[in-house]
Amino acid sequence: MPLLPRKTALLLSSLAAALAFAGCAPKDASAPTTVKIGNLASITGKDASFGQSSTKATRLAIDEINAAGGVLGQQIELIFEDTQSKPGEAAMVVKKLVTRDHVVALIGEVISSRSIEAASVAQTLKIPMLTPTATNPAVTATGDYIFRACFIDPFQGKVLAKFARDDLGSKRAAVLTSTSSSYSTGLSKVFVEQYTEAGGEVVADQKFAEGDKDFKAALTAIRAANPDVIFVPAYYTEASLIAKQARELGITVPLLGGDGWEAPELFEIAGDAVEGCYYSTHFSADSTDPKLQAFVARYRARYDGATPDCMAALGYDAAYLLVDALRRAGSTDPVKIKDALAATRGFEGITGRIDMGPDRNASKPATILKIQNRKPVYVKTIAP
Amino acid sequence: MTELLQQLINGLSLGAIYALIALGYTMIYGVLRFINFAHSEVFMVGAFVGCYIGRLAGSVTWWSGFGALGAAMLVCGILGFIIEKIAYRPLRGAPVLNVLITAIGVSLFLQYGGQLVFGATPRTFPELFPVRHFRLGGLDVSSNQVIVMIVTVVLLVALQLIVKHTRLGTAMRAVALNPQAAQLVGINTGTVFSFTFVIGSALAGAGGVLYAMNYPSIDPLMGVMPGLKAFVAAILGGIGSIPGAALGGLLLGSAETLVSGSQFSTYKDAIAFGILILILLLRPSGLLGRPGVEKV
Amino acid sequence: MPFPRQHIALLAGIAAALTLSAFGGAFNAYHLDIAMTVGIAIILAVSLNLINGHTGLFSLGHAGFMAIGAYLSATITLFVGPQLTGPAPSAFATQAIFFTALLTGGLCAAFAGILIGLPSLRLKGDYLALVTLGFGEIVRVIFQNIEPLGGALGLYGIHPLTNFAWIYSGVALTIFTVSCLVNSTYGRGFLATHDNEIAARSIGLNTTRYKITAFAVGAFFAGIAGGLFAHLRMTIDPRGFDFSRSIEIILMVILGGMGNTLGVILAAVVLTVLPEVLRPVAEYRMIIYSLLLVILMIARPQGLLNFRPKKAARI
Repeated sequence: MPLLPRKTALLLSSLAAALAFAGCAPKDASAPTTVKIGNLASITGKDASFGQSSTKATRLAIDEINAAGGVLGQQIELIFEDTQSKPGEAAMVVKKLVTRDHVVALIGEVISSRSIEAASVAQTLKIPMLTPTATNPAVTATGDYIFRACFIDPFQGKVLAKFARDDLGSKRAAVLTSTSSSYSTGLSKVFVEQYTEAGGEVVADQKFAEGDKDFKAALTAIRAANPDVIFVPAYYTEASLIAKQARELGITVPLLGGDGWEAPELFEIAGDAVEGCYYSTHFSADSTDPKLQAFVARYRARYDGATPDCMAALGYDAAYLLVDALRRAGSTDPVKIKDALAATRGFEGITGRIDMGPDRNASKPATILKIQNRKPVYVKTIAP
Repeated sequence: MTELLQQLINGLSLGAIYALIALGYTMIYGVLRFINFAHSEVFMVGAFVGCYIGRLAGSVTWWSGFGALGAAMLVCGILGFIIEKIAYRPLRGAPVLNVLITAIGVSLFLQYGGQLVFGATPRTFPELFPVRHFRLGGLDVSSNQVIVMIVTVVLLVALQLIVKHTRLGTAMRAVALNPQAAQLVGINTGTVFSFTFVIGSALAGAGGVLYAMNYPSIDPLMGVMPGLKAFVAAILGGIGSIPGAALGGLLLGSAETLVSGSQFSTYKDAIAFGILILILLLRPSGLLGRPGVEKV
Repeated sequence: MPFPRQHIALLAGIAAALTLSAFGGAFNAYHLDIAMTVGIAIILAVSLNLINGHTGLFSLGHAGFMAIGAYLSATITLFVGPQLTGPAPSAFATQAIFFTALLTGGLCAAFAGILIGLPSLRLKGDYLALVTLGFGEIVRVIFQNIEPLGGALGLYGIHPLTNFAWIYSGVALTIFTVSCLVNSTYGRGFLATHDNEIAARSIGLNTTRYKITAFAVGAFFAGIAGGLFAHLRMTIDPRGFDFSRSIEIILMVILGGMGNTLGVILAAVVLTVLPEVLRPVAEYRMIIYSLLLVILMIARPQGLLNFRPKKAARI
């Protein structure tokens, strides 16, 4: 009998060949002619929808910039890596992008917890990283190479608490938080603090977990507490179901949400259930701003008519913001890029004017929208 | 009191769906003796089929609803047949754990294939049945909740009839008891396995449509959590036992709802699993399972 | 007796790990990272192999043990360590604290392993699997709700203390311990418990003790692996220790051939490197991976890397 059955030998040798192939994957010989920017997001797994939106828009922005002549006289090469919605993956991806692909800067990650993971590696390797959408304050606290293109949870939580108390005149608020999402717990913590401080009372504090689709139990408890407003710091996937089930249980008070609500699917799934509800966001896809409308049109044209959500808008802005910094730095030296990013003032993005604050957080206004006739309607802008 | 009753209604309607998925799990386990991890993905496919048919139908009538339900059961039945033929049949006689890996492989394949084909973004599930809300005293019930419970009961009874009163059902029970002996008395075990898979998968498909009807946002990973819960329900009730699966599903749904309506809601899943572990410690073969005697 | 040879192998393994680690700077950071991830995967797979492969129990909760090790050791190096050593500890003190942290994490995981091993007195097969699965989920939910440990966001800012030497010493120690246990006279009991519990009991073996030992030792090394993982990634997140992580480890064990240490090690290497190789096809990566799993299982039901013909009787 031969040492190995033929099938096994074949299998092993093909595996070995695959490994060897990966080991000596062709290195890009044309390195000096392009500026390499790394992009990381989850396009598979649980958070795929957020990552896909964001990275599609980033790709769109970079292609536009390249068509307009690129940056520093060179074309931009956007190297994308998938983080698979898996903790532990982001750190490895950053190492790969920096040490194998030699990128000069990074755009990503989309979710806060993985952004912190990526940030700690980017900071060690001293490569500037700009996260489009991670709103947890801890992300940029990692170090001086880490920036973000969006506002942070404490700001948004404060804005919403103030709005609920002053503009809606509510006295009793209920909160429904996802315990498995740091976005949700972060936002709800600030809201509860600020709302109580402003003289309101939080009458019910209910929780749910990732993957839940039945919120009737929590909502029944909330109904019993009889609140004036229900704060739902969740993504649109959950918020739409929460709204629907709340109405089925006969709850009529308005629901209030954050930027996670911003997506066309919210109105599709929830239908009439979100009528009269409010949320804060970075931008409004129905805004009349010509720059924004142009982006929405181009995004739709390129991706089969899909309407961009706030993840996409921020992914688009992050690309332009980084390229703007590259131009001002006049070099691809990471230190200069970092300094240029930190010096960003008055950058006009589609999600509003961005000033980079001292903590490397974009300081920009939050827009509050009200849902009427299945459409978000502008209510007010709250400046930082 | 009203709140408690309302929670109980919520719990039962959630539990009914768990029960429906658990039925498929338990059947496949009872006959083939392995955990079909791909079951939750068949459930997901069922929801997507329902979604497409619902969109095609356009108007919302009782016919469109039952049409979508039937189509999902049919497609999932065929899918189950194919999965069994391609992925599991070649492994007949292999250790159970190998089949388990294949099941995980099929499950991952359907999940990630789904993300590629359907896209990762959640989709809206159209309304299939005319929706009405009833208010009795302080209790709110929607027609969808009622439909879920009725369909579950009908399918449960139908399944019980098939298993207890048809030739194929008798063959299934024989194979479940002892596959070798069943083969010796001339039962075509291959047919029985295929049939079990078709029925189990069709039930998962029905579960998918009913679940999506109540929670109308569907995505390729939607099956994971309900699948896990249904698996728990199946074991809780005593795996292999059809009434057990139904009981397990209802119990799990109610327990979960009662906990998540209380102040311990953060620990909802931990408590659900904690109760489960306790029950298993007291009754190692599940609530209605027969304690098996292992022989040398 | 094979003992001396195994001791030499252990020493050689640790020496090799230290030597290679000294030249760590020469490697590309990404490749080094893969090598370290592979090491952690080997510890996890070999330790689970003791429970699932050698002893024939079916545990779905290995990620839970890993989480306990990760969180406890990170807590020690983050919060307890600085209080013991002051603000500027010496290199030796840092490493000593790290070692203590790893050990504590491992021991606590082992304790949890014993707790989980106890129900196995009464439960078998899928029911035991369910208890371990429930245990893993409970651990995850609890860590998710402990605010001082970061809650849903996870614990971050952990010191990057893990290096090549720590990991591969851990690998050597794990392989050494498991193979010594299994290949000793005492250890034949694990195989006996696996092959036929009733027969084992009837010749007077205390199968319960074997089961609990398997859980304790397996969980101990999973805890160590968790600690190494935490100090490699610098961030841990409850979601990183969910059901799918346990499944990943089980895949390595089954693909390597249950109870075959060498095969399991090779499977751990292949299954960690394969997704990296498939990186260029990001969107199709998991599809190819899952298809390969099914094909491999059909083509090689005894495990990908198990070349030994199935032994009929091993008692």
